[in-house]
Amino acid sequence: MITLNVNGRDYAIDADPTTPLLYVLRDDLRLNGAKFGCGLGQCGACTVIVDGETAYSCITPIAALAGRRIRTVEGLGTVERPSPLQQAFIDEQAAQCGYCIAGMIMRAQALLDRNPQPTDEEIRTHMQAGLCRCGTHMRILRAVRRAVGKPGSEAKA
Amino acid sequence: MKNAIPPRQVSRREFLGACAGVVVGFSLSSRAWAQAPEAAAPLPGSLRQTPFIDSWIRIAPDGTITVFTGKVELGQGIKTALIQVAAEELVVPPARIALVTADTARTPNEGYTAGSQSMSNSATAVMNAAAQAREIIADLAATKFGVAVESLKLGDGNVRAADGRSATYAELVAEQSLHVTAKPTSRLRDPKTRSVIGKPLQRVDIPAKVTGGVAYVHDLRLPGMLHARVLRPPTYRASVRSLAAAGVEKMPGVVKVVRNGSFIAVVAEREYQSVRALEELTRVTTWDTQPLGSAADLYGQLVSLPHDDYVIRDTPGGASAWTLEASYRRPYQMHGAIGPSCAVAQFQDGSVTVWTHSQGVYPLRGALVEMLRMPPERVRCIHMEGSGCYGHNGADDAAADAALIAVALPGRPVRVQWTREQEHAFEPYGSAMLGTVRAALNAQGSITDWQYEVWSGTHAARPGGSAGNLLPAWYLQEPFTLPVPQPIPQPEGGGDRNAIPLYSIPGLRVVHHFVPQMPLRVSALRSLGAYANVFAIESFMDELALKANADPVAFRMRHLRDGRAQDVLRLAADQFRWEQYTPRAGRGRGIAFARYKNLGAYAAVALEVKVDRESGRIEVLRAVCAVDAGDAVNLDGIRNQMEGGIIQSLSWTMYESVTYGPEGITSRDWNSYPILRFAGLPRTLEVHVLERPGTPFLGTGEAAQGPTAAALANALAHATGARIRELPITHQRVAAALAD
Repeated sequence: MITLNVNGRDYAIDADPTTPLLYVLRDDLRLNGAKFGCGLGQCGACTVIVDGETAYSCITPIAALAGRRIRTVEGLGTVERPSPLQQAFIDEQAAQCGYCIAGMIMRAQALLDRNPQPTDEEIRTHMQAGLCRCGTHMRILRAVRRAVGKPGSEAKA
Repeated sequence: MKNAIPPRQVSRREFLGACAGVVVGFSLSSRAWAQAPEAAAPLPGSLRQTPFIDSWIRIAPDGTITVFTGKVELGQGIKTALIQVAAEELVVPPARIALVTADTARTPNEGYTAGSQSMSNSATAVMNAAAQAREIIADLAATKFGVAVESLKLGDGNVRAADGRSATYAELVAEQSLHVTAKPTSRLRDPKTRSVIGKPLQRVDIPAKVTGGVAYVHDLRLPGMLHARVLRPPTYRASVRSLAAAGVEKMPGVVKVVRNGSFIAVVAEREYQSVRALEELTRVTTWDTQPLGSAADLYGQLVSLPHDDYVIRDTPGGASAWTLEASYRRPYQMHGAIGPSCAVAQFQDGSVTVWTHSQGVYPLRGALVEMLRMPPERVRCIHMEGSGCYGHNGADDAAADAALIAVALPGRPVRVQWTREQEHAFEPYGSAMLGTVRAALNAQGSITDWQYEVWSGTHAARPGGSAGNLLPAWYLQEPFTLPVPQPIPQPEGGGDRNAIPLYSIPGLRVVHHFVPQMPLRVSALRSLGAYANVFAIESFMDELALKANADPVAFRMRHLRDGRAQDVLRLAADQFRWEQYTPRAGRGRGIAFARYKNLGAYAAVALEVKVDRESGRIEVLRAVCAVDAGDAVNLDGIRNQMEGGIIQSLSWTMYESVTYGPEGITSRDWNSYPILRFAGLPRTLEVHVLERPGTPFLGTGEAAQGPTAAALANALAHATGARIRELPITHQRVAAALAD
């Protein structure tokens, strides 16, 4: 048994300790936000926040996570009460298929937690690790800007 | 095939009739038009195949209004647009509409969600069905109240008479009221008084996607569901030599190793157990493998493979000499969905249900029926969203995997998840293509003659009711083989999509060399051949403009007769401030235009780039796009599609090429097949929509791909003088060209 703290709650997990966090989040805790994209830490669809830092849940074994604070997109807000960052993604309509978006939001959240007023360049650099195939990047950047209170854009449409 | 009539003036029926002697049997997989004989009366959109109004619109006694579509959400926003057209014509708020998308047990058969045709097929059907339903409701109210229909007011699901009496739609509509055949024409709402179409409406699917709601087939969890992984061979043609499955079957959680010929899958109680079991299964299996060919001299191979030739335009010209010739190359490129394909299937009481992110649940069902040797009424396919697909990827194959495994484990739902490596290596790619073009200019700098030849594999190997188009079916004990591909006929075309320039050129000859058997698996990738053909045509237009000493915009304008094409090109140029552009060292501008399929949306893309001569790296400083998609139902939806199309096309154009060798596909992850990341984005990106209320929907999804590629090549040439005609335009290629 490993105890995982996810979105502020403790869960006793009965799984092989080498199991990557992603499978525990999705299959044991039934959380949909973190997605399987590559299983290789290359695309960021599975991104969550562990103790304030972004982590690829697809390659992080649960054995490494006992006693650490794990946040997923479900921990930010709900459909009824989205967080400011989630609301910014809705306001900017920053999704097409949306498969990468929960990972993008968690990546952005990690930046904002550490640096509430990032510059455009800091946002772009920080988001580099996330892959989007629909080409929603400009809207993702706009959403992050909006969340830090800088709507309007380098990327108007 | 001689065809002097401009394609846009030829109906499908006329065209197919005219070509019947030439195109021998086209694939059922290609388009919706091949699915059902056309009714005598030309009904609008997909009403032609599914004419009953209640196939599209139903009003339940409790007041629920349900709209049914055979199209699916791919992230393009079609659900929201369909709700908007229905709400507009039924005079209800969008929130009153429930929408059901493709399900073989519930919805019309609209073939594939492909070809940028969901608006023209499905939205046209829904809009007309809703308008006619509204008229029926109004007539019922007029009869009930004994008043003239003109005196009634409709709104929010109610009909009100002048004297104050009112009735809800549900009170007026009896069970059979909407079970009537649609009429060819509808009284559509006046575009001037619209309250929903053309007005902002946020996408209905986005809130769940940003908060971790159930949004994808990947999120489906059925009671007792098992997790499966499929073992794929090293190359396409391979058979299992030996498999020591006993150890795998003893692994924790493993329920079964399913084997049918060389189709092997492992099924476990928990997902990560299936991941581990697949690793072990891979280790204990040996294969007899037929090597894949060499990737050396790809384009030399392409022209030497057996091909069928189709002359799709032949208007003799008078040139005695050619001014310029060039050839353009496009490698194999992949869809590269961020989420590998997934499906869930359950076999119970002799019937199989498959939850799938296929683009065409009915054609998929047809293929599954053949593969499983089951009657159609025993197979149901229900669409759930997947990761964006951009065409025919692994979705249908994963559905087939799930169905095969479910049948081996009756009663238990089975979820199949492909790996990243499997999606990269086994999805059908966009075909490698080669286009050669030559043209003659007269003394006034106008094009008098143009000849274009394009070599391409198929762009249409979708399931189409054929088991042989499903990857796992190739490996079964009694295997199915890939049907011989057929070209998609003009005017839409496949490899020859957009091969005929929209420009007015007196002497014009266009030939499509269709290569049925390609070394790699190929099928429909967003915009099909249009990407490569527009890249070739629009690059060459700039080369000709340079030769004619003409401005690229003015040179195109000179050859365009279509007013809407001119408007789009002008709008893009104006918004880019083309006329005011000040040249600066290391920078350049490029523009390109196309009308998708020569019958869909008009799009022009202008780019400004900065080129680092040392590294060859291109930075896109500005991207400006203008688009005319006809009647614009959801402006932001159109912008989102165009923005995405431009960025995806920049990725294809600057980075992407599938690599392979005798050992198999070597593009197996995002390191070996890099795509655009945030650092590769344009600094700014603008989309300007030319609205045409009340005109036919033209679709948007694929309009940006071709023009973006050529605009980049043109901007690079303007900045550096280097003309690159082979995709992708990587920084290594640019650096090499500049070093020459």
